[in-house]
Amino acid sequence: MQPKRGLAFAQGPCTNLAQAVGRHGRRGNGEDGMKALVAVKRVIDYNVKIRVKADKTGVETANVKMSMNPFDEIAVEEALRLREAGTVSEIIAVSLGLAQCQETIRTALAMGADRGVLVETKAELQPLAVAKLLKAVILQESPEIVIIGKQAIDDDCNQTGQMLSALLGWPQATFASKLKISDGHAEVTREVDGGLETITIKLPAVITTDLRLNEPRYASLPNIMRAKKKPITMTTPEALGVDVTPRLAVLKVEEPPKRQGGHKVGSVAELVDKLKTEARVI
Amino acid sequence: MAALVVAEHDNSTLKPATLNAVAAAQEIAGAEVDILVAGKDCRAVAEAASAVLGARKVLLAEDAAYDHGLAENLAPLLVKLAPSYAHLLAPATTSGKNLMPRVAALLDVMQISDISAVVSPDTFVRPIYAGNALQTVQSNDPIKVITVRGTAFPPGEATGGSAPIETVEPTGSAGLSEFVRAELSKSERPELTSARVIISGGRGMQSGDNFHLLEKVADKLGAAVGASRAAVDAGFVPNDYQVGQTGKIVAPELYIAVGISGAIQHLAGMKDSKVIVAINKDEEAPIFQIADYGLVGDLFKILPELDTELERRQ
Repeated sequence: MQPKRGLAFAQGPCTNLAQAVGRHGRRGNGEDGMKALVAVKRVIDYNVKIRVKADKTGVETANVKMSMNPFDEIAVEEALRLREAGTVSEIIAVSLGLAQCQETIRTALAMGADRGVLVETKAELQPLAVAKLLKAVILQESPEIVIIGKQAIDDDCNQTGQMLSALLGWPQATFASKLKISDGHAEVTREVDGGLETITIKLPAVITTDLRLNEPRYASLPNIMRAKKKPITMTTPEALGVDVTPRLAVLKVEEPPKRQGGHKVGSVAELVDKLKTEARVI
Repeated sequence: MAALVVAEHDNSTLKPATLNAVAAAQEIAGAEVDILVAGKDCRAVAEAASAVLGARKVLLAEDAAYDHGLAENLAPLLVKLAPSYAHLLAPATTSGKNLMPRVAALLDVMQISDISAVVSPDTFVRPIYAGNALQTVQSNDPIKVITVRGTAFPPGEATGGSAPIETVEPTGSAGLSEFVRAELSKSERPELTSARVIISGGRGMQSGDNFHLLEKVADKLGAAVGASRAAVDAGFVPNDYQVGQTGKIVAPELYIAVGISGAIQHLAGMKDSKVIVAINKDEEAPIFQIADYGLVGDLFKILPELDTELERRQ
């Protein structure tokens, strides 16, 4: 089977979504374990110091290291642990955007996800559009649990999971730091401003990950090789019938004002003195 | 057109973050700012909201389904109220962040997250990339759903108003989710997001027990105690201490970073503080580049010394 577009770097088999659904689309039942869907976003690596473009249209992404959004790595890891515990039988990793997002899906496959779906588009995707696209994929794949990062470290929006669960009419458990599944329910401990909160939600549901949920594994070399053979299904917003027109127009992107720091003091006494007489904050 | 602010509360007190969101709403809608208090047995909160200066009216929705702010139950209430408003706002707290995108999706609009400035009623500034860039966005949606970065808007006045309280018919439970329990940190110290002074510890603190060194200084200064992600991940302190890109955003008068190297993710949460002090043994630590006053040295010597010096000069 051929990918929808000839992509020189697209390794491994690609299919279109309809064929894949025919093959894998049966809903998981109690015996088989559930199907889990994770969404993975390709973002500028968290170690990169970003540069704002001189024309203020955005942030420089050319020749910049890209990685999977760290919160999405936690989502993939959690799905893997559920599969290892026998709760989940299949893990589908979905990404949306440029053809290069296949690399992000391959990373999820190398960690252990079973197969991928790429919704390919050059269009700018805002969280509402992402949620609609994910909903369309979910209606075809019928997962019982959807796990995604609570926020992407590029736009810092923190919206997609909540929007997705709203569009599906499902419950949501955001900012999860502990997840337990039993009897068609998930008990989720959430990181909230005052501490921790535990809720139970009915499945199917959307769960968004916080930092303390787990520590994601590294992909081993054999698993990276194995991942190249795992299937990635290709589709597009048009094929899914989703209008992705941005609702927010980005007028400009600028650098924040720089802080003038770097002064040193020689002793505790000098520090207290400066805070009292110069800064006048104590 | 009017704006509706979702009050942050615990059914008995109105949380200060509400006042920052009210301030943002007033920049957008002037005198036409209403406050929604949705909860269980929360009339006391509605009364506090009615005293907020400049509020036009307070909407009170009481129902057991709203007790713990579950988004599945609250979102339909916001959707029901939305037609009377051009803007729906909430503080960018964990409850606001949990609720508002659900509301936005049900209204088929994009949320504008974590705004730090109002340019016009449809145009806002918001930080992206951990605050390393500022994005100005214009919303083309008929209704704007917004979360507000509290540190960017000086709080409105909590007293002086006398807005009428109107009760609103609740929308009931969606039957999708249930609250089980909360384990909330108890502290006599100020809340991180509204404290005038914060002292935070990082990996350099080496253990949770050593945080008592910070706490002693905090008590001298009337400060809140915070932490970097590294200190929380290491289990020194609970998650609600975390200051940073994905934790709490703070901007106190004085922020003292102790044993914190200064990863961009941490700086994102505190670099708008008025005065920053850094104490670290590594003089190359990035935190010193943004600190107004840096002190290089062993924090286990410096903290007791600081405690004594503050005591002496009090």
